[in-house]
Amino acid sequence: MRIRFEKRPEPSKFMQAITPIAAIALTMIIGALLFDALGYDGQRTIKEFFLTPILASYKWQDVATKAAPLIIIALGLSLGNQAKIWNIGAEGQYIVGALAGAGVAYLTPAVESHIILVLMLIAGVAGGAVWAAIPAFLRARFRVSEVLTSLMLVYVALQLMGWLINGPWKDPQGHNFPQTAAFNDWQILPRAIPGTYIPPGLVFAIVLTGIFWVVIKRSIYGFDVRVSGAAPHAARYGGFDSARTIWSTLLISGGMAGLAGILEATSQLGQINLGFPSGYGFTAIIASFLGRLNPIGIFIAGFVLAITSVGGQVAQTAVHVPSSAGGIFQALMLFLILAGDVLVRYRLRIQRAAKAGASV
Amino acid sequence: MTIVTRRNLIKASAAALAMPYLGGRAMAADPVKVGFIYLGPIGDFGWTWAHEKGRKAMVEALGGQVEATYVENVKEDASALPVLRDLAHQGHKMIFTTSYGYMDQTIQIAKEFPDIKFEHCTGYKRADNVSTYNSRFHQGRAVLGTIAGMMTKTGTIGYLGSFKVPEVVLGINSFTLAAQAVNPKVKVKMVMIDSWFDPAKEAAATETLANLGCDVITAHTDSPATLQVCEQKGLYGFGQGADMSKFAPHAHLTAIEDIWGPYYTSRAKALLDGSWKSIDTWWGFKEGSVVISPYNPSLPKDVAAAADKIQAGWKDGSYDVFTGPVVDQSGAEKIAKGARLDDAALATMDWFVKGVEGA
Amino acid sequence: MTLDLIISALVTVVGISTPILLAATGELVVEKSGVLNLGVEGMMLIGAVTGFAVTFTTFNPYLGVLAAAAAGAASSMVFAVLVLTFGANQVATGLALAILGIGLSTLIGAGFVGIIVIPFSSIFPDFLARDPIWRLVFGHSPLVYFALFMVFATYWFLNSTRAGLVLRAVGENDASAHSIGYSVIGIRYAAIGFGGAMAGVAGSYFSMVITPMWAEQMTAGRGWIALALVVFAGWKPIRLWLGAYFFGILMTLELYAKASGFSFLPSQFWASMPYLMAIFVLAVISARERTGSEAPACLGKPFMPTD
Repeated sequence: MRIRFEKRPEPSKFMQAITPIAAIALTMIIGALLFDALGYDGQRTIKEFFLTPILASYKWQDVATKAAPLIIIALGLSLGNQAKIWNIGAEGQYIVGALAGAGVAYLTPAVESHIILVLMLIAGVAGGAVWAAIPAFLRARFRVSEVLTSLMLVYVALQLMGWLINGPWKDPQGHNFPQTAAFNDWQILPRAIPGTYIPPGLVFAIVLTGIFWVVIKRSIYGFDVRVSGAAPHAARYGGFDSARTIWSTLLISGGMAGLAGILEATSQLGQINLGFPSGYGFTAIIASFLGRLNPIGIFIAGFVLAITSVGGQVAQTAVHVPSSAGGIFQALMLFLILAGDVLVRYRLRIQRAAKAGASV
Repeated sequence: MTIVTRRNLIKASAAALAMPYLGGRAMAADPVKVGFIYLGPIGDFGWTWAHEKGRKAMVEALGGQVEATYVENVKEDASALPVLRDLAHQGHKMIFTTSYGYMDQTIQIAKEFPDIKFEHCTGYKRADNVSTYNSRFHQGRAVLGTIAGMMTKTGTIGYLGSFKVPEVVLGINSFTLAAQAVNPKVKVKMVMIDSWFDPAKEAAATETLANLGCDVITAHTDSPATLQVCEQKGLYGFGQGADMSKFAPHAHLTAIEDIWGPYYTSRAKALLDGSWKSIDTWWGFKEGSVVISPYNPSLPKDVAAAADKIQAGWKDGSYDVFTGPVVDQSGAEKIAKGARLDDAALATMDWFVKGVEGA
Repeated sequence: MTLDLIISALVTVVGISTPILLAATGELVVEKSGVLNLGVEGMMLIGAVTGFAVTFTTFNPYLGVLAAAAAGAASSMVFAVLVLTFGANQVATGLALAILGIGLSTLIGAGFVGIIVIPFSSIFPDFLARDPIWRLVFGHSPLVYFALFMVFATYWFLNSTRAGLVLRAVGENDASAHSIGYSVIGIRYAAIGFGGAMAGVAGSYFSMVITPMWAEQMTAGRGWIALALVVFAGWKPIRLWLGAYFFGILMTLELYAKASGFSFLPSQFWASMPYLMAIFVLAVISARERTGSEAPACLGKPFMPTD
């Protein structure tokens, strides 16, 4: 008897929908066993991680705060991933976007107008796009793998940030601490709903989810991107320009990451310090896979991941698991969703005899 | 363009305060809840570990009157905000935020919860319900500098720093001036590694300082890597934040220990008896915030005596390492003869004294 | 005096380069087989904490290194099963492995913070190991010699053995290697396991040689530099060896420049050099694609046998 995978003619819609849910459920079970084995109360840990953030209403706003940047970045990434273009440097684009926006703020301390906010957001998008343009150029011109270049540029971006906040952009009032000057009132984006902590990024996330849905599902461009990922040769014969796909998907994903960066900087802390890079760019990669590269799926996935990171902190006080536990859950979830992918594209066949019938 | 209006604030905080009392009016005997947020894990054997010791000392000193919880590994970014709100919602009456990078988050949450007292460590922004506190670590650095100046044979000592923030600059200057006082020829080589924690880089930097002739090396970063390298090379070093002698039994001459317990206890008492006010506290040897670990048994008697004398001087106020004349690297006079620096000048120091080399 | 200083500096260079070299040697073999495993940082941390824990329990650093290798290999198998058997996306799976390793090592290591283990003793007699000149050759930790040995063994394996040829063929053209009858999946499993073991040993270098202790995330991002090094070396073992020492020289020069008060460029510039140079080399290699490059053609592409 042997188990083998048989390619499906069409990816299974049913499996596509059911595997993310199964992955989350399995993560909880495996996580509970793992934490039990490590000497913690596994069941309680899972409860604090996944349920408390949903059940305790005062945690909802924190979940929204974490979800918004994840959704915005993951939406951008999903476009490239459909075309099999892997931008894994969103973290770097997030940082450079925030820096570009902060640069506008730094240069215009005396301007008392909301135009500055608009300019900051535009600069954020542009900064992220410029950072993503480097892998795009290298891929389109020299066929250099964008996976490696975009990842390397994350670490260059971190150093760029370190240099700016330690050097030219250091807050003169900041007692020499590595940080930019605080944004002034004109440079701070208001909350989505006054009197709450719901971030303005959530509004962007909702609107962009809609826009991406239309673009991916209903526009010719979205069709091009999907075809060039699914069947690159067909796309080439069909006259689609692969360079155009490379440039557009990388610039869009970079721009989205940059937007998330400047939104975070201007709506949360109102300055950039050493603690600014918080890994949203990497977690968003998980979100885009968990959401099955589908905008609405990504919107939900962003919230699921945000729940685990808020839950991680709840579990820390309640069950005293270390804060690193959150990463373990997120990694487990991604492992399981990736493993589940095989069921979308392949059918599991259990054969008795070793009679290999090619039935593709 | 402030979005959170005063009215909203009052509403939000009223709702928040209602929560802990939902189960009926609290009895007078109920312990007051005090919260702590930590930058590292409590087992980091450095900064966070020292604060955790302080928290425990406070609980012990005040018995059943306080109940103290902590959250560790809180990043110095926006994610500190929900952690603080959580502690507020859970009914904590006073919250200690124990790292510089929580400064703006503390101020922001303090605005949202005007009835909760906040205590921010090493920052400089205060509010009606936000106090700041710090320790005069540089007093301890003067003791280390005295020992290093007397122990060096090469006349060159090393200082491994993290960032050019006031605390590190103060430490370097204090260390150097104290060493020069006992050994006028001494030079201090300094390397900043742009990180608080990177054992591999700390080790490489220590080797570099040793290769450049330093035979006593002190570290202003968080890992014991420097001490371990000194131990291997037969050099001398000092512990940072805690007695680290077990990492380097021969090299470890002594250490500066951060003792937060007395301060935490005094603030919790002030909260209990209603006398809490927003203040800026900067304690040192005199108040017991800075303590020197037991000397290594191999430390010569005269060196130990000199170090003791510095400690005693700090305690009774007869000694201040920043007593003029002091000149900076370029030779310009920074402190006039006989003058001392006030706290404001100390807190913003960004120049190095003559005799400090490197960047 | 000057010679002494140069020798001392070179000893530092060798020390700081070795863990990067160890991890990159493993990753090179993995990538040569056509698989991109981005989880190096995570596997290193798992190796670091395991090596420390076993050394602490058994008082034998060699057992510790062995355990670190085993733990690294075991964690790499999670990745292997997903990308090879389940055909999962390599980029995402590798990142998940990195995240998992960081979290898991912290969780396992929580009980080992603040204690120390006995380090390796020198394998050469003291008069050689402590000689001011000869210590450059004889004065290192056994793992340094192991790293050197592995680089040359890898060079020999890839270029002069049949198995090495097959491994490269699998990375260049999986479909035809499969059609000739080689087990593409089996070979890749072996390569990934080797990469994991080497990353584990690299991690143990941090917790047992550089600083004999365990601390959360003590590798401080060296796993990502190892990935850059493989690219910088153009997938060639000898260049990998020289490249590791070159990266080490960059890092050491920065420290010397600072200690001498001679820093003409910001330190962040130095710190980003390995990544910038890797990108540059990658662009040059790819631009000369026609003249034949060492980049495996199937790197990162999934392979599912359809027999």
